[in-house]
Amino acid sequence: MVEWFRKSKQGLISQTRKDIPEGLWTKCPECGEIIYVKELEKNLNTCSHCDYHFKFATTEYIKLLFDDGLYEEHDAGLISGDPLQFKDSKKYTDRIKAAQKKTGQNDAVISGYAKIDGREVSFAMMDFSFIGGSMGSVVGEKIARSIERATMRKIPLIILSCSGGARMQEGILSLMQMAKTSALLAEYDKVRAPYISILTNPTTAGVMASYASLGDVIIAEPKALLGFAGQRVIKQTIGADLPPGFQSSEFFMEHGFLDKIVHRRDLKRVVSQLISHFT
Amino acid sequence: MANGIVLDFEKPIVELEKRILEMREFASGGSVELNSEIESLERKLEKLTREIYSNLSRWQRVQLARHPKRPYTNDYIEHMTEGFIELHGDRGFADDKAVVCGPAMFHGRKVMIVGQQKARDTKSKLYRNFGMMHPEGYRKAMRMMKLAEKFSLPVLIFIDTPGAYPGIAAEERGQAEAIAFNIKEMARLRVPIIISIIGEGASGGALGIGVGDVILMMENSWYSVISPEGCAAILWRDAAMAPQAAEALKLTAPDLIELGVIDRILPEPPGGAHRDHKGAAEILAAAIDEHLMAIMEMTTDEMLSKRLDKFRNMGVYYHD
Repeated sequence: MVEWFRKSKQGLISQTRKDIPEGLWTKCPECGEIIYVKELEKNLNTCSHCDYHFKFATTEYIKLLFDDGLYEEHDAGLISGDPLQFKDSKKYTDRIKAAQKKTGQNDAVISGYAKIDGREVSFAMMDFSFIGGSMGSVVGEKIARSIERATMRKIPLIILSCSGGARMQEGILSLMQMAKTSALLAEYDKVRAPYISILTNPTTAGVMASYASLGDVIIAEPKALLGFAGQRVIKQTIGADLPPGFQSSEFFMEHGFLDKIVHRRDLKRVVSQLISHFT
Repeated sequence: MANGIVLDFEKPIVELEKRILEMREFASGGSVELNSEIESLERKLEKLTREIYSNLSRWQRVQLARHPKRPYTNDYIEHMTEGFIELHGDRGFADDKAVVCGPAMFHGRKVMIVGQQKARDTKSKLYRNFGMMHPEGYRKAMRMMKLAEKFSLPVLIFIDTPGAYPGIAAEERGQAEAIAFNIKEMARLRVPIIISIIGEGASGGALGIGVGDVILMMENSWYSVISPEGCAAILWRDAAMAPQAAEALKLTAPDLIELGVIDRILPEPPGGAHRDHKGAAEILAAAIDEHLMAIMEMTTDEMLSKRLDKFRNMGVYYHD
């Protein structure tokens, strides 16, 4: 068992920094407003004009959601193999090493136990800065173990998704992580504890077509890109432009696939209330 | 079977077959010398076929899996079952023609069939949407599986799809949700599920009806996280690099046995399933029957716990 510890000061590489250009001002990609960087940070990286949600590092989400920013991390030592010995323009093993160096993490999920308003939860958070948050064997295994921990202790499960989908470099084994995690969620149903799935920008493809879409409650941040197929592929298939707002949180809300769109500043309150209603 | 489409690497076989046929026509006069010549050519043909098909590249196998003469779900239904009654619709939105479902008799046993359906001519291809399902297709498939569960029928699944349909309407109706829901429900469906990959197994589109107790794979089929073209377009930024992507993805039946994802490879008749539909169906039917009998000896709880373990243990990782 890992000790409870405070990791927020360890200086994990912050995505926050990278998304905001050098200088005091930045431009909102959604509404084009020029925003004072200090103000953006104060607003939890959301645009005060249009509520566009900029990237938020996993470490920031941990501070935002968990009591005192504390958590007990599990499975941090899991490292990807290279079962296909995959190589495109770059070797897969080199991609992994580069991502590890860049993020200070072994793969694209942080998972463990934490508390939300005093209630213990099992959690997993995906990190987009690690190869696009893609799901290979390690991500699948860490999500699987998070579900198993929640099942074992009969406690709520919180998964925050941020991923382009399955990791191509692990081929069919990445696809099978969808089956692994979803099958364990069927087991988790038996203990009657709530699974709250939080979708952030972007959550697509293999992740969206497995655990991210299987929450008892599914919440998304505003204006996130969600969906199954990539927009370029859809465009090519239908030979036409895509309608504005296609595959956004608001689009999926409208079509009945989300329970709620929640602003980042309200995320902890809503998650906490939901847990309290369902436990 | 020299008519129709011939793949490049099949050409020497088809040419030799043509020569044999021509000589047979001559020989109908009764020439003994010609007969012995024909016999020697037939031996040569057998050897050539064996040589070509035992040295196929991954990309060549992908091409065979897509062969327009390859047996499709309805061909297997025809050759393997009796009394099939097709049932339609998801009871919510539409009847997705890319998937065919219904009860049938298989080797004296009542079963439920669910299979992705491709087609050979343009009009039928459009009707079947090239075997690419919409959300209502996944929901129709699940409705039939629930029906099977209610009446204790084992489910026989046939996978043959270039992918779940990537379109606007598919997203509006929740393609991701439909696939996710099926994966989870199939993991706990209380009747045996036998998956047979008969052609193409592309990504979530295949997995959306792909969770079961046993996964069988025809020798010249493929199953992958993404199509070779899709992978090439993303990683090589050029769909023409698909042959390289096919090699890298390790998507053939022998690869998948090695990766621990499938249970068994079924050898196809000489020259591939497209040359002998009936023969291919007999090989697959015998294997399905054998595995079905073994599963039916287990209790339902044993079966479900083995099904969970099977997928629970997939993946390769280390601990530092």
